[in-house]
Amino acid sequence: MPLFDKKDKSRYATFTRRAAGMGGGMTAIFAILAGRLYQLQIRDGSQYMVEAEDNRISERLIVPPRGRILDRFGTELASNRRNYRVLLVSEQATEGVANALDNIGKVIFLTDQQKKKVMHDVAMNKKFVPVPVVENLSWEDFSRINLHLPYLPGIQPDVGETRDYPFGPQMVHVLGYVAAVSPEELKRDDDPLLSLPGYRIGKRGIEREYEENVRGTAGASRVEVNAYGRIIRELGKNPGTPGEDVWLTIDRQVQQVASEKLAGESAACVVMDVTNGDVIALASTPGFDPNLFNVGLTGEEWRGLTTNDHKPLLNKVMGGTYPPGSTFKPAVALAAIEAGIATPDYHVHCNGVFVFGGHQFHCWRKGGHGSLDVEGALQHSCDVFFYETARRVGIDRIAAAARMLGLGAATGIELPGERSGLVPSREWKQKTYHQSWQQGDTLSVGIGQGYVTATPLQLCVQAARIASGRAVLPRLVHSVGAKLVQRSEAPRLNFSDEALATVRSGMNKVMNDPGGTAYTWRIAQPGFEMAGKTGTAQVRVYSREEHARGITKDAHLDWKLRDHGLFIGFAPVDSPRYAIVSVVEHGAVGHPQVVAAHDIMLFCQQRDPARHPAAWPVTSAAAFQPEQSGRQSAIIPASYKAGG
Amino acid sequence: MALRPYAAAKRTLTVADKLMEINWGLVLLIVLIAIAGIAMLYSVAGGHFQPWALRQIGHFTLGLIVMLLAATIDIRMWMSLAYPAYGVALLLLIAVDVVGHVGLGAQRWISLGPLDLQPSELMKISLVLALSRYLHGKSVEEVSKPVPLAIGLAMIAVPAIFVFLQPNLGTTLIIVADGCSLLFLAGLSWWWIAPTLAAVAAAVPLAWRFWLHDYQKARVETFLNPEADSLGAGWNITQAKIAIGSGGVSGKGFLQGTQSRLNFLPEKQTDFIWTSFCEEFGFVGALALLILFAVVIFYGLQTAISARSQFGRLLAMGVILNFFFYIMINGAMVMGLIPVVGIPMPLLSYGGSAMLTVMFGFGLLMSVHIHRQVEIPRHSGGII
Repeated sequence: MPLFDKKDKSRYATFTRRAAGMGGGMTAIFAILAGRLYQLQIRDGSQYMVEAEDNRISERLIVPPRGRILDRFGTELASNRRNYRVLLVSEQATEGVANALDNIGKVIFLTDQQKKKVMHDVAMNKKFVPVPVVENLSWEDFSRINLHLPYLPGIQPDVGETRDYPFGPQMVHVLGYVAAVSPEELKRDDDPLLSLPGYRIGKRGIEREYEENVRGTAGASRVEVNAYGRIIRELGKNPGTPGEDVWLTIDRQVQQVASEKLAGESAACVVMDVTNGDVIALASTPGFDPNLFNVGLTGEEWRGLTTNDHKPLLNKVMGGTYPPGSTFKPAVALAAIEAGIATPDYHVHCNGVFVFGGHQFHCWRKGGHGSLDVEGALQHSCDVFFYETARRVGIDRIAAAARMLGLGAATGIELPGERSGLVPSREWKQKTYHQSWQQGDTLSVGIGQGYVTATPLQLCVQAARIASGRAVLPRLVHSVGAKLVQRSEAPRLNFSDEALATVRSGMNKVMNDPGGTAYTWRIAQPGFEMAGKTGTAQVRVYSREEHARGITKDAHLDWKLRDHGLFIGFAPVDSPRYAIVSVVEHGAVGHPQVVAAHDIMLFCQQRDPARHPAAWPVTSAAAFQPEQSGRQSAIIPASYKAGG
Repeated sequence: MALRPYAAAKRTLTVADKLMEINWGLVLLIVLIAIAGIAMLYSVAGGHFQPWALRQIGHFTLGLIVMLLAATIDIRMWMSLAYPAYGVALLLLIAVDVVGHVGLGAQRWISLGPLDLQPSELMKISLVLALSRYLHGKSVEEVSKPVPLAIGLAMIAVPAIFVFLQPNLGTTLIIVADGCSLLFLAGLSWWWIAPTLAAVAAAVPLAWRFWLHDYQKARVETFLNPEADSLGAGWNITQAKIAIGSGGVSGKGFLQGTQSRLNFLPEKQTDFIWTSFCEEFGFVGALALLILFAVVIFYGLQTAISARSQFGRLLAMGVILNFFFYIMINGAMVMGLIPVVGIPMPLLSYGGSAMLTVMFGFGLLMSVHIHRQVEIPRHSGGII
């Protein structure tokens, strides 16, 4: 049998032909593969390179540490502490956000409310944005989360920073607080930091006024991430700029004493350095704990704050206006002396009643004070004297003197929400009431009632200006970062030395002469004597019937109807350094405002913060008041260098 | 072609003769490609031999031994082993349904001690052997007669159905393609081929409707519009294209492929190893590798055409077509030309079964080459 037959030959030929054809087909397909490679790698290569980079590189914002707020001695009033928190990246939560939350709930306690908030935040943000689940965790809880991390997809433990206010309610009206960014704020400000979930910005006080300085600028880190979003390495980093520290003129200890002395009252108190306007203490009671706002208030806590009749949310120091009452009398006295009316021989006889235009104006003392000169009138706070004097001086000159003393216009202190009070004038009344000014109006203004109103801060400025003879303005911020807030020396007031001396002497007698209205609360320690002026601001006018029934004293009335108690003062009498105001709402009974002022001013002088070397940065000290610079430049706290 | 006289003269060759006859250039080519694969496995593991590269070296070494053994065994011996091999492979394939365990959503493995055996891989090469033997005995006319053709088709269909049921669409396609190619090469009449092609074209919509699994349908839908769901099912294709494309002309450099090392590539050590290669070595490297593959295929074609037995011719062609289909389907898949089908890249992808069957195939090819002068009568069953 032949090995090859014809049939074999024919099928070999077929095979060869067809195999060659298949070879051609295979070659064609290889050509297609090569063509596709060309298409992907050469024609579209650059585009795919960009996509590969996009894949692998991700930008992360670096939150700059918020600048601290420090008092004049470098005590941290607002600082940052570590905040152990747990974030959720919904994109990476492979089993869904609800499941992820349930899983965390097995490790640490989560309320339904918290879960709801996270679901809401997740819905509001892009999928890759980390949303805070819980904050301010204990180290134990935080460790537990880290331990279970492999079973918690999408969960990121994070160590952030949270604002801490160690002095809580005592400082809140100065510092304000930080809280979550509102939609309006987000619209106004395009800083990418604000879009970070959980980011907080200043809402009141220094925190708000100096938000730009303490916030700093966001940094960014370019990181290589893998397909699951895990960071493999850092490619580049711009650390951003940390927020600047804000150095206040406040002395934390005086502030604390002021807060404590006024605790329980609805009150305001300011202590100022009369030479330069440095605010040593600025207290408004009651306060509230700013740390609560950081964590988030419950509805009940918020209602408690807003419905409290002592108005804890209001900074009464510059957000509350009051009729100055008798604390306005020094201004009237100055106007009278400057007008040449109240000469050293000028006397007014008080018999207890001043009759004007058919109306009877009563002095606070029944039976009257007899004949008084200016100093005596201030000492005894005689109303009749000031009715008569105001009538003679006229509203125009009184208003001018009051404005020169800092009333009627905002002082420009570095806090939001300052009110300007009111020093009335003829034009003002015409414009507001479409009525002409009446002399009766002048009489009311003469004793600090009627249209005239002032904030406690303005009254403190008034006291400081009387004490120093200079147009000092209050200031809270000494320097920002290492940069001094520039201020020129206050110009002299346009009052004669004699006029100022007379008024100071009258205010001295108020406290230090046995007949003075505030003699009981004088500072007896030698060298610390205080001059001052008490005041009572009527909340309401006693009706004729009440007079008849003998209701003429606040003690007979409800708290809300009682008069406000006011006090302005300065010390030491011989060379004034500190001015003080204290206002206690509805507190005329027992003069709590004077009691507090006595304690605060005594403490302040004994401590004497204004003459104590402060901890301010050296660059600002050099540009500061010449008499202080020598002492201040010596001390720069190590904490400032490290943290600044 | 100039034949070496001693080889042509001798009816039986010694082992030494056979080793001399091995085309060592081809062996070198295969080693080169395998080294490229091992290097990529090293790279996608982040520059580590664990977990893949070292074991792949083991697979390849074992494969080389299998290849050389297969090469030296007489082609007539292979002919006589063809049917038993087919039978064993078919039994194993059926056994997979019984004892195989689930991997990647499909039952494909049998654990044989340390080695996971994939009977579908074994089936591919066994089918080529058995079909070559069967068609060796059929003349051109006989191939196109209904009964012999039906037997041939049945030999393809039975394993194809079992593989399809695993389910393993990729391997099913390759088995059918291998088998039909052999029928075609054996001289199947165009009168059969043309209507069949037409029928297949008509059946595709029906297959879509009734036969394909949801995940298979999803793959096709994804392929047609990968960007529609770039984080879901389309992710694989999109990321593979980014990986290949971002390689550019000269690539990102060895160990510098970001797509694979950062896990943007799925199955980077198996089906998508080629994308990593393209990413790191660019168009130049990828083209060079394609050319190496083409040279291997060209050698296979040459071997097939120069063999003097129909069995040898069909066997060589079957082996090389099998190799080609792997490359075509995998390459087209990862470059986004066809839907995602689970087919590895031969010699490059990680995996013991695939490596061993590919190397065994090359062994058969070399055996055909060594025994190209051996003439086997049409009705012979090999060495008996």
